[in-house]
Amino acid sequence: MKVAYWPGCVSRGFTPELHGSMAKVAPLLGIELIQLDRGACCGAGVIAEHSQELADTLNARTFALAQQTDGELMMNICSTCQGAQSECQERLDANSDYRAKINETLADEGLHYEKGLTNKNLLWLLVEEIGLDTLRSKVRRPLTGLKVGPFYGCYIIRPVHRLGIDSEHPRDRYMQMVIEALGGTVIDYAGVHKCCGFPIITMNKQASLKMAGRHIGDALDADADCLVVPCPLCHLNLDLQQPGAAKVVGRELGLPVLHLPQLLGLALGLDPKDLGMSKHVVRPTSVIDWSASVVAGAAA
Amino acid sequence: MPDYLLRIRRYDPDSGKTAYWDEHTVTLNPRNSVLDAILKVRNEVDGSVGIRCSCQQAICGSCGVRMNGRPGLACNTHLEVAAARGGGAQSTVPQTDGEGPAGVIEVEPMGNMPVIRDLIVDMDAVHWKKIQRVTPYLINRKPVPEREYIVPHENMVDITQTMACIQCGACVSDCLSMEVDPLFVGPAALAKTYRFVGDPRDDQHEQRLRDLSEDPHGIYDCTHCFNCIDACPKEVAPMSQIMRLRRRAGSDHKIVDSNNGHRHEDAFVTLVRDYGLLNEAELLPRSYGGNSWFGKFHPAAGKELLSSLPTVITGVLRGKVSPKIAMFGHKLPGGDLAAIKKLYKKIESRPQRLELNLYISGYEDDPEPAAVAAGSSGEAPQAESSASESESS
Repeated sequence: MKVAYWPGCVSRGFTPELHGSMAKVAPLLGIELIQLDRGACCGAGVIAEHSQELADTLNARTFALAQQTDGELMMNICSTCQGAQSECQERLDANSDYRAKINETLADEGLHYEKGLTNKNLLWLLVEEIGLDTLRSKVRRPLTGLKVGPFYGCYIIRPVHRLGIDSEHPRDRYMQMVIEALGGTVIDYAGVHKCCGFPIITMNKQASLKMAGRHIGDALDADADCLVVPCPLCHLNLDLQQPGAAKVVGRELGLPVLHLPQLLGLALGLDPKDLGMSKHVVRPTSVIDWSASVVAGAAA
Repeated sequence: MPDYLLRIRRYDPDSGKTAYWDEHTVTLNPRNSVLDAILKVRNEVDGSVGIRCSCQQAICGSCGVRMNGRPGLACNTHLEVAAARGGGAQSTVPQTDGEGPAGVIEVEPMGNMPVIRDLIVDMDAVHWKKIQRVTPYLINRKPVPEREYIVPHENMVDITQTMACIQCGACVSDCLSMEVDPLFVGPAALAKTYRFVGDPRDDQHEQRLRDLSEDPHGIYDCTHCFNCIDACPKEVAPMSQIMRLRRRAGSDHKIVDSNNGHRHEDAFVTLVRDYGLLNEAELLPRSYGGNSWFGKFHPAAGKELLSSLPTVITGVLRGKVSPKIAMFGHKLPGGDLAAIKKLYKKIESRPQRLELNLYISGYEDDPEPAAVAAGSSGEAPQAESSASESESS
């Protein structure tokens, strides 16, 4: 399927391995990416904090660009983009007068946002568009024996109504479903649906890293081999900042954190290095060792 | 009527025993409330079950508890709704497969507050202390007019949402910032603050905002987790009110706090204007040292950047951050960047802020307008006067 692909800023900045692994995984999943290179930052909730109209206009512009493509829908790879964009879209779709005012600004560029865009995170697309059965059939190297702790990021699971989470769409369980479909073992721990702390890293570093450190510690205590995240900002706090988080919570950590496309890539048979896993601060040694041994086993 | 397995978290500090799960099977209609089930157990089986409740109509705010991991009022949560949460966010309860009871409902006391007994928490120790912290009453402008104040309708509509709060503490229960920083003023008290900061009769807008901007546990200590929005049984959306407080503090009163809150926002907004995309490498120094390229040379930035140096070096060595991105960031193509700048200019130069509050306006596609929208349903989006304008009027 063709999708208008919104990679976000951080996947092209401080977590290039996310954008890179998505590009590698997409053809294996039958996803054709039409990259939205002209869209601006979603604002991550911070621009909306400054000016709601500004955030809504920037995102309406990205939506309009997506609607100009022949993609079936818009896809993102960042929980924060999903949440920030869903919030703007909720307002744009709810009120035609408001939408008209925003479109007035976009008209300067000849752009127009039409109500009703479908914008899905890769996680949602996997379950709702590709389907778990198809995903299962594409697995070349099942994650047998790999104990994976899901970490969602706040923006993709709350508020539940805005994000369309209900009994028919248990989007707050999709990570567990995907891990199982890939053959891995789901690790349940206290932090699955909690906050990584990234939004307050510059304002209250101690509290921010305490959040990250606690969740990593809880996952380790539950015997996780790694965490998987659909959000690059969570990755920054859980991986890049993990040494600092360890100091704040006063314990050794050292838990690898994978991006969702990296976990998919491993199961679909890609090489860990091609998935940018050597770029992580916490080296995912346990995952790479596991991966290599399974490859060797399959070859024999 | 179906059977529900009700598991109540029991704890009596005088008993010398640890907390435990007390299980009861209750036969009730799925549309009965969780409170109905708790009271049935208390009235018919065990009179010692501790639960605080009064109106049973979601007005008094007494019966806040956690049900299958989520906070809310026991009196306005149907058994079928609570049971359906099994296996949902934060729940430890597996979903039932049709065998046995129609559902399992675990009821626990609210979080972030000490337990007095069973489902009763000490609201005074946390919730009410924090409410008192924000001076929760109107401080009159002087001189007080001889007759009634005439308050513009739009101002009162603006604060309606915060006035819906019934002080149940559900948002406090699951505040993730408070979980790691118990001193955080918290969602309920900050929503209460907006009730006065948005009220033109109050004389202390700037003082209130300055106080809570400078407090390291104030408005900039909220981590955007949205838990309070989902927790609130009255759609107060405390986190949204906190964001409005930040907007008023930073944009209207230009309060530059010592917690880097406003500088961070200012730097973020400016960087997206200048680059189209977020330039992460510039964001950090500007958040600490001031919103310009020279921010990184400010002593405050130097100290912070020095402490972040090991993290940055590791990132660069691993190839996580390329030297080019670290030095120059990434930018949109020229034409698009020019369009973004133009768009910024147009919006930032508006005399009045354009803001749509769906709590007030409702959704066009809804068959019924939102309850509070009765007076304003279908109206065009409101232009929110900036605080400086409304204060000078």
